[in-house]
Amino acid sequence: MQNGEASIKKALDKKAEYGPDIDLSRYSMIREQKIIENLEEAPEDVKKRMESVGITSSKETERDGSIMFIDNRISHCSNKAPDGVEIMSLKKAMAKYDWLKDLSWKLVSPDKDKYTARTYEEDADGTFVWVKAGYHVKHPIQACMMLGTDKGMQTLHNIFVIDEGAHAEMISGCATGSHADDGVHIGVSEIYIREGAYFSYSMIHNWGPKTSVRPRTGIQMDRDSKMINNYVILNPVATVQSAPTAWLNGEGASCQFNTICLAHPGADIDSGGTVILNAPRTGAEIVSRSITKGGKMMARGHLIGNSPGVKAHLECKSIVLEDGGQTLAVPKLDTFYADVDMTHEAAVGKISQDQIEYLMSRGLSEDEAVGMIIRGFLVGGIKGLPQELTDEINAAIEQSDLGH
Amino acid sequence: MHMLEIRDLHVEAGGREILKGVNLTIDEGETVTLFGPNGSGKSTLMAAIMGYAYCKVTKGSIFYEGVDITNMPVDERAKMGIGMMMQRPPNVVGVKLGDLLQTISRNNGDVLKHAGDFKMNNHLDRDLNVGFSGGEIKRSEVLQLTAQNPKLVLLDEPESGVDLESIELIGDKIHDLLYNTELCEMGRAKANRCVSALVITHTGQILDYIGADKGYIINDGRIRCSGRPTDLLKEIREKGYKECISCRMVKLP
Ligand SMILES: Nc1ncnc2c1ncn2[C@@H]1O[C@H](COP(=O)(O)OP(=O)(O)OP(=O)(O)O)[C@@H](O)[C@H]1O
Ligand SMILES: [Mg+2]
Repeated sequence: MQNGEASIKKALDKKAEYGPDIDLSRYSMIREQKIIENLEEAPEDVKKRMESVGITSSKETERDGSIMFIDNRISHCSNKAPDGVEIMSLKKAMAKYDWLKDLSWKLVSPDKDKYTARTYEEDADGTFVWVKAGYHVKHPIQACMMLGTDKGMQTLHNIFVIDEGAHAEMISGCATGSHADDGVHIGVSEIYIREGAYFSYSMIHNWGPKTSVRPRTGIQMDRDSKMINNYVILNPVATVQSAPTAWLNGEGASCQFNTICLAHPGADIDSGGTVILNAPRTGAEIVSRSITKGGKMMARGHLIGNSPGVKAHLECKSIVLEDGGQTLAVPKLDTFYADVDMTHEAAVGKISQDQIEYLMSRGLSEDEAVGMIIRGFLVGGIKGLPQELTDEINAAIEQSDLGH
Repeated sequence: MHMLEIRDLHVEAGGREILKGVNLTIDEGETVTLFGPNGSGKSTLMAAIMGYAYCKVTKGSIFYEGVDITNMPVDERAKMGIGMMMQRPPNVVGVKLGDLLQTISRNNGDVLKHAGDFKMNNHLDRDLNVGFSGGEIKRSEVLQLTAQNPKLVLLDEPESGVDLESIELIGDKIHDLLYNTELCEMGRAKANRCVSALVITHTGQILDYIGADKGYIINDGRIRCSGRPTDLLKEIREKGYKECISCRMVKLP
């Protein structure tokens, strides 16, 4: 641990740089939860919530592995590709693999803020996924993180290692259970993408309107590795503040951060990403698409060109559907080198009346027209979105009553 | 009862009065052409019939099949059977032409099969109008109208920007739209036509494919004359709009 225990203790009260402060003393840690041997036998209400974030129980054949945490307890773990993939709780993995301690708390520092410090102090469990060198995962691996208890707090620590030349797709579904509403989710994730590896990681959220969410993510990318990170929040939530950082250390590494958000009334979403391009030929794209329906939406993006020969683009676009909310786009570009290609584009506005009426003149109702334009806006310009995710997004838009 | 009847229509756009008392009628199964110099208010009149919000009706009224539609929302007009080919439809980023066509035809998948006849089969996956060439926009508009199957078709310069080969395609497809007898009510088949059309054209080329029953000339927001479309075109060609406007009203035959 590079940080002294004293400084971590001190950090237990340290407010985060961004996002409203959460009084963690209002919440309790639930350590015991039921075990679900077979996802198909999960209680109906749990299943329903899982499905809403892309975690399937019936189509488990379409998943190479599943892991589930309810509150702070691992509830399920199954692996259909044991030849090339290891999936288990992080605690078990730490006991099994000595080398893991060199990866733990290295990309996210425990004394960053009260959320990381608390997760560290709780000695939090979480998901460990290791895709072994050269292995190509056929179907996505799914991880479900569920808040199962009202006034509960979940602290998870995840480590993913995508080894040399491996390919993997993972879907992380985060949801509150049907009996939980007010809760806090803190997820510390450290992701290592080794030389030539590919990782597509999609996170779909469906929290309760009183839930606060504080993910803390660090990603290290080696030579010629590639990552696509999709972050989707379309349902009501109280506050989300997320700002993953990726270090592109190996030549030719590239990453794409996509954020798709819908800020409902009362929601406060602060979502961003930082990519540090440390080697030549590295590339990054941060794309954010958001809709504000009376909520507050902050889209940050920060690109740091620490090497000549890098290429990076930042794009924040937002549609404001209703007054009363707030939309802020904060793009930042940093470099000390001349030989870089770094650009940004930001646009905030309403849907143009021309477009709505054009579709209406073909017989679509106003709601249908607005829905169609919004779907197109949210997913249309984003590369590398899995079809399944697009379908989830369409379903969520359909349910969220975006007409006037 | 007229298919469309416009009475003393005054329309404002961008804070200016553009239409200054337009009177016009279209009967069932009738094709009517609208001529007039650039900026005279032709497209504005069509937009007002379709109900676009930027056209504010300050006076007068529009009747469609006897119903006052002056303040009716755009989609209700479309559902009643009015369809329009815009001169410059907007780009709609993210909305695929194919998805829109399926929505228009209420998921009757057949319409996508016809895309090939319109040479639009390679455009179904593309964002609506984004990067479409002039001719592609027209073909896409006619294809959408075909999916929509309107009873009153408003065509704003269907042939402009279209090459000679495509004119034939567009002309034929518009002909099919206008001579669609499926829309005729039983026992009311009138010379095999019940779809009506209002067509804006500068050159009259499209009339080689669809014919026209009567024409109007509009200038500075007012209808100046009406008559046989061929006669009006001849007048305009020979004497220009100035002459024609100051001239006598050409009598309807
Ligand atoms: N939204 C608007 N704001 C301001 N002016 C407008 C607006 N829409 C139309 N106009 C003006 O109204 C007049 C008529 O425009 P319109 O598009 O109806 O002409 P048109 O007869 O169709 O011409 P063209 O043959 O060039 O297509 C023009 O002077 C135009 O600039
Ligand atoms: Mg015009």
